[in-house]
Amino acid sequence: MSAGEATRLDHGDDAGGLATLRQGLRISPELAQGWLVTALLALTMTGGRIVIPIAVQQTIDKGLSGPGGPDMSFVAWMCAVCAAGILVTAGASYLTTVRLAVNSERGLATMRLKAFRHVHDLPVLTQSTERRGALVSRVTSDVDTVSQFLQFGGFIFLVSIGQMLLATVVMFVYSWQLALVVLICFLPLFASLRALQRRMSDAYGVVRSKVGEMLSAIAEPVVGAQVVRAYSIEGRTQARIDGSVDDYRRTATSAQTLTGITFSIGGLAAGLANAGVLTAGVLLGVDGQATLGEILAFMFLVALFSDPVQIATQVLTDAQSAFAGWRRVLGVIATPADVVDPGESGVTQARGPITVEFADVDFAYPDGDLVLRDVDVQLQPHRRVAVVGETGSGKTTFAKLLTRLMDPTSGAVLLDGVDAREISFASLRERVVMVPQDGYLFDASLAENVRFGRPEVTDAELLAAFESLGLTDWLESLPDGLNSPVGQRGESLSAGERQLVALARANIADPDLLVLDEATSAVDPGTEVRVNAALERLMTGRTSVTIAHRLSTAEAADEVLVFDNGEIVERGPHAELVAAGGVYSRLHQSWIAQRSAL
Amino acid sequence: MPVPKVPDKGSVTRRGFAVLRVAVWEEPWVFALSVAASMLYGAMTVADGWALGWATDHVIRPALERGDTTFGAIAALVSLFLGIAILRAIGVIGRRIGAGVMQFRLQATYRRRVTRQYQKLPLEWHHQHPTGQLLSNANADVESIWFVIAPLPMAIGVLAMLAFATVAMFMADVWLALVGCLVFPLVFVANVIFQRILQPLATRAQQLRADVSEVAHESFDGALVVKTLGREAAETERFRAPTYALRDANIAVNKARGMFDPVIDALPRVGVLIVLLVGVGRVRSGAADAGDVVQVAFLFTLIGFPIRALGWVLGELPRSVVGWDRVQRVLTADGGMEYGEQRLTTTAAARLDVSGLRFGYLPGRDVLNGMDFAVEPGRTVAVVGPTGAGKSTMTTLLTRLVDPEEGSVQIDGTDLRELARGELAGSVALVAQTAFLFDDSIRGNITLGGDYTDDDIWEALRIAQGDGFVKALPEGLDTKVGERGTTLSGGQRQRIALARALVRRPRLLILDDATSAVDPQVEARILAGLRAVVHEDAGAATTVLVIAYRKATISLADEVLFLDEGRITAQGTHTELQETSAAYRDLVDAYEKDAERRQEEDLDEVSA
Repeated sequence: MSAGEATRLDHGDDAGGLATLRQGLRISPELAQGWLVTALLALTMTGGRIVIPIAVQQTIDKGLSGPGGPDMSFVAWMCAVCAAGILVTAGASYLTTVRLAVNSERGLATMRLKAFRHVHDLPVLTQSTERRGALVSRVTSDVDTVSQFLQFGGFIFLVSIGQMLLATVVMFVYSWQLALVVLICFLPLFASLRALQRRMSDAYGVVRSKVGEMLSAIAEPVVGAQVVRAYSIEGRTQARIDGSVDDYRRTATSAQTLTGITFSIGGLAAGLANAGVLTAGVLLGVDGQATLGEILAFMFLVALFSDPVQIATQVLTDAQSAFAGWRRVLGVIATPADVVDPGESGVTQARGPITVEFADVDFAYPDGDLVLRDVDVQLQPHRRVAVVGETGSGKTTFAKLLTRLMDPTSGAVLLDGVDAREISFASLRERVVMVPQDGYLFDASLAENVRFGRPEVTDAELLAAFESLGLTDWLESLPDGLNSPVGQRGESLSAGERQLVALARANIADPDLLVLDEATSAVDPGTEVRVNAALERLMTGRTSVTIAHRLSTAEAADEVLVFDNGEIVERGPHAELVAAGGVYSRLHQSWIAQRSAL
Repeated sequence: MPVPKVPDKGSVTRRGFAVLRVAVWEEPWVFALSVAASMLYGAMTVADGWALGWATDHVIRPALERGDTTFGAIAALVSLFLGIAILRAIGVIGRRIGAGVMQFRLQATYRRRVTRQYQKLPLEWHHQHPTGQLLSNANADVESIWFVIAPLPMAIGVLAMLAFATVAMFMADVWLALVGCLVFPLVFVANVIFQRILQPLATRAQQLRADVSEVAHESFDGALVVKTLGREAAETERFRAPTYALRDANIAVNKARGMFDPVIDALPRVGVLIVLLVGVGRVRSGAADAGDVVQVAFLFTLIGFPIRALGWVLGELPRSVVGWDRVQRVLTADGGMEYGEQRLTTTAAARLDVSGLRFGYLPGRDVLNGMDFAVEPGRTVAVVGPTGAGKSTMTTLLTRLVDPEEGSVQIDGTDLRELARGELAGSVALVAQTAFLFDDSIRGNITLGGDYTDDDIWEALRIAQGDGFVKALPEGLDTKVGERGTTLSGGQRQRIALARALVRRPRLLILDDATSAVDPQVEARILAGLRAVVHEDAGAATTVLVIAYRKATISLADEVLFLDEGRITAQGTHTELQETSAAYRDLVDAYEKDAERRQEEDLDEVSA
C-alpha cells in the first residue's frame, strides 16, 4: 500500500502547512487583508500573458488569410485591443506586487516584534540553554526567509498557477486534441516533479547544515582568537575551516547541478511538446481540424505552460524552507512563557520596606529532580541576608525565585504578603532588582549602561551614584568619564570593572529589595570590601540578599542562610553559626584558611 | 598573466567589470566552459525561432494547403525540434553547472584567504574590529562579491543570442528586424535603469537587516539584565525602530520592482504586436512570408526573459564591488606579526625577563607604562593588583598575543619577537580569565590536536580537579561540549581550560584568575595539586606566574609582584610586601581587616 502511505504522508505535510498558515494568520492578521482583491488582480495580470498567443492566432487565421488577403485594419484593431489588454495587466501586476509586499511586510514586522518580545518573556532557563544564535535567527533570518518567499516565490507561485490554468483553458478552446498532446508530453515531468523537488529540498537541506558548520568553523579563530594564538593551533584551526569551506562548496555545487538538471528537464519537455503539437497539428490540419494560426498559437502556449513547471520545483523548495522558518518563528511565540506578567490586572505595591516570605517552596527543573525542597523562610525588612552553600546547593535557584525569574514548582514566594505571581512586573521590577554575576553591558557609553533601568536619570545623579559607591576615583581614571564607550559586551573594561558598572546600575535602579548573585566575584578584595561597605550603607532601610561565594559578605550580614542539597540547613547570625559547628562552620574554616593561608 | 587590478576609484560599472576580470583570471577554464555552453544555449534558442519559421513555411502551411503531408516531412519536423531541445538542454545544464562551480569555487578561495588573513593579523587588529563584522566579511561579503557569477555565463550567452537573433531577423525581413532593433535595446535600457534604481534600495534593506540582527543579538545576549531590570517593553521599543525601517525598505524595494517588472514584461509583448502589424503589411506587399512573421514574433517571446540576465549582471555589480572593497580591507590589512628564527631548546623551567614594557589600547591611555621584573626559573610568582591595574593585559604581552609599544619580554634571555613561529606555545601556556572552549569533545578541547595519551589527559584533569565530573559525563572524554562549551558550568569550563594548559607540561605556566568560578574548596585542592606538580617534579620543573587576589593562591608563590597603575610597584615575598607596601596590605588584608572592624563594631555595640 505504498500509494496509501504516500497519501497519508502528504496529508500530514499539508495539515502541518495549513496549521502553520492558520497560526501565522492569527499572529499577523495583516497578511490576509484584502486577499480576495489581490487574488483577482493576480488573475487579471496573468490574463495579459494569454494575449500574445491569441493575437498570433487571430493575425494568422484572420489577418493574413482573410478572404480579401491580408487584412490590415483588422490586425490594427486587434493589436490596439491587445495593447490595451497589456496595459491593464501591467497595472494589475503593479497593484498585485505592491499589495502583496505591503501586507506581507506589515504582517511579518508584527510577527518579528511579537517573537522578539516573547524571547524576552521566555524562562531564564530556555534563554540560557538555547543557543543564543538560534534565538537571534528566529527574529532575523527565519523571518527574512518568509518575507522573501511571500514576495518572490509566493508571487511567482500565484502567477504561475494562473498562467498554467489559463493556458490550459485556451488550449482546450482551440483544440482539445492538441491540448491532450501537450499534457501527455508534460506527463513524465509532472510525474517526476515531486521526486525532483524532494531531492532538491534534501540537497538544499544538506547545504544549509554545511553553511552552519562552516560558520561555526570560521567563528573559531575570530571568537577564540586568544586561545588559538596562545596555543599556536593556527594550522589545526585552518585545516578545520578549509575542510568545512570545501564541504560547503561541494554540497552547494551539487545542489546547483541538480537545479540545472531539473530546469533542463522542463526545457526538454517543452521541446517534446513542440514536436508533438506540430506533428499532431499537421495531421489534424490535413484533416481540416486545426488552422495554421491555432497550431502556431499552441507553440506560444506551450512556452507559457512550461515556464511555470520549470520554476515550480524551485518555488516548492523555497516554500518548504519558508514554511520551516515560519514554523520556527511561530514555535518561539508558542513556547509558554512560564513566568507571566499579570500586567494591568496585577497588584501594584507601594514602595517601602519589604518583607519576603518563602512558603513551602519546592523547585525542580523540567524533567529534573527537586533542586529546592521545603524552603520555608521569612526575611524581615531592613535585614541584610547572606546566602551561602556549595555549588549546586540551590542558592542561585533561591535568588531566581526571589526575583521571580522563575516560579516555584509548588508553594509560593510572597512579597509583603502578596504572591509574587500576582504583582505586576512594572511594580515588581521596580521594587526587586538583582545583580547577576555577569553584569552584561551594552555597546554604548558607561552612562547609558548605568541608566539602563531608568533612562530619565540625569548625569549628576549618575555621578552621585558612583560617588556613593566610592567609585569616583575609578570613574575619573577612565578617558571620558561617564561618556567612555564600554565596547562590545563591555569588553573595553576588565571583568571586575564590568561588575562595578552593574552595581552602579542597580544603585540607580533604587530597589526596595536588592539581590546580589556573586556580583563582586571578579573584583579585587580591597575594592570588594569598599563597595560592599558602601552597599551596606545604601541598603539601610531596605532589604538585601547576597549570594556569597566568599564568606566576607556572610560575616557582615545580619543573618545567614546556609543551603545544602536544596534545603536550608542552618540559619542565624554569622557568629552563632560558627559556634554551632555545622555546615557553615566547615565552610567558614576553609574560607579562613584561604583568606589567611600564609 | 598577472592578477588583474581593480582600480580604487572610478565608476561602479568600471570597477565591477574589473572584479569580473579577476573572476575570469582565477577560474579561466570553468569560465570558458560555461560560456561555451551558454552560447550553445543562446544559439539553440534562436534556432527554435528559426525552426518554427522554417516549419511554418516549408512543412505546416504546404501540408495544410495541400491537405496532405509526408512521413519524411513529419520526421524532419520532429527531429529538428527534438534535436534543438536536446542541444539546448545540454547548453542549459553546462551553463548552470559551470556558473555554480565557478561561483562556489571563488567563494571557497576567498573564504580561505580571508580566514588565513585573520589568523595572521595581530590580536590588536581583532580587538579593533567587531566580531560580527569579521564573521560577515568571511561569509556574507565574500558571498556578495560572487553572486554576480551566477548570471554571468547566461548574460554572455544572451549577448550571443542577441547577435544570432539580429542576423536571423535580418535574414527574415529587414523591417521586422528593425522592430527588433528598437525593442531589444529598449528592454535592455529599461533593465539597466531598473537595476540602478533597485540596487541602492536593496543595499539599504540589506544594511537594515544587519541593524535588526545587531539589536537582536545584543538584546538577547543581555537577556538576564533586561529581565532583572524589567526592561522587556523598552527593549521591544528599541527593536521596533529597525524592524519598521526594514519593513518600509522592503516595501520600497517591492514598489520599485512592481513599477518596472510589468514594463519589462510588457515591452517584448508590445514588440510582438508591432511585429504582427508590420508583418501583415510586409506579407501584403509580398516582401515577407507568414513564416518570417511567426519566427520573429516567436523570437521576441523566447528572448524576452533571458535578456533580463544582462540586467541581473549589471544590477549585481555594485553589490559585488561593495563586497570586494570590504574583503580587500581585510586582505590588504598590514600588521602580521613578524617572527624570528630562534628556537627554545632547553626542557628546564623558563626564565622570564620583562623590561620597560609600555602598552595601551587607546592612544593617550597607557595600560602598562614602564613595567620591569624578572622571574627566576622554577619560581612561582603571584601577581597581585587592584581591579583594572593591567594584570590581564600583561599576560597577553607575556604570551606575545600582542607586542609592546616599548620595552621587551624575554624568555630564557631571548626576546619573544626573535622566536620562530609557534615556538613560544611549546614552552608557555596561558589560562585566561574566561575559559574559551571549542565546539568539540572534551578530549579535543584539552589536546587541541596535540598528541597526548589518555593517561596524560586524565592526569591533567586530576590536577585541575576535573576528572570527577568528566568521568560522570555519559561519554567521558568524548562528550561534546557544544558551542563555546555551553553545556558545562563556568567552573567546569575553567577546569577544562586548566587541564588544557597542564597536559602540555609547559615550562612557563601563566594563570589569569583562572579559578574564579570554582568553589573555594575545589580551588584549594587545585592549588595544592599544582604545588605538588611544580615542586615534586624537579626534573621538568615549571615556572608559574599566577594572578591572584586570595591569600590561598598567594601562599602558593615564592614571591609576589604588586602591580598598580601599569607598573610593578613592589616585589618580594608576601611578608616583605606586607611590611613595605601599604597599598598591597590594603588589598590582600582587606577581608581580615573587614572582619576585624566588624568584630570591633559588634563589641562596641555590646558594650554600648
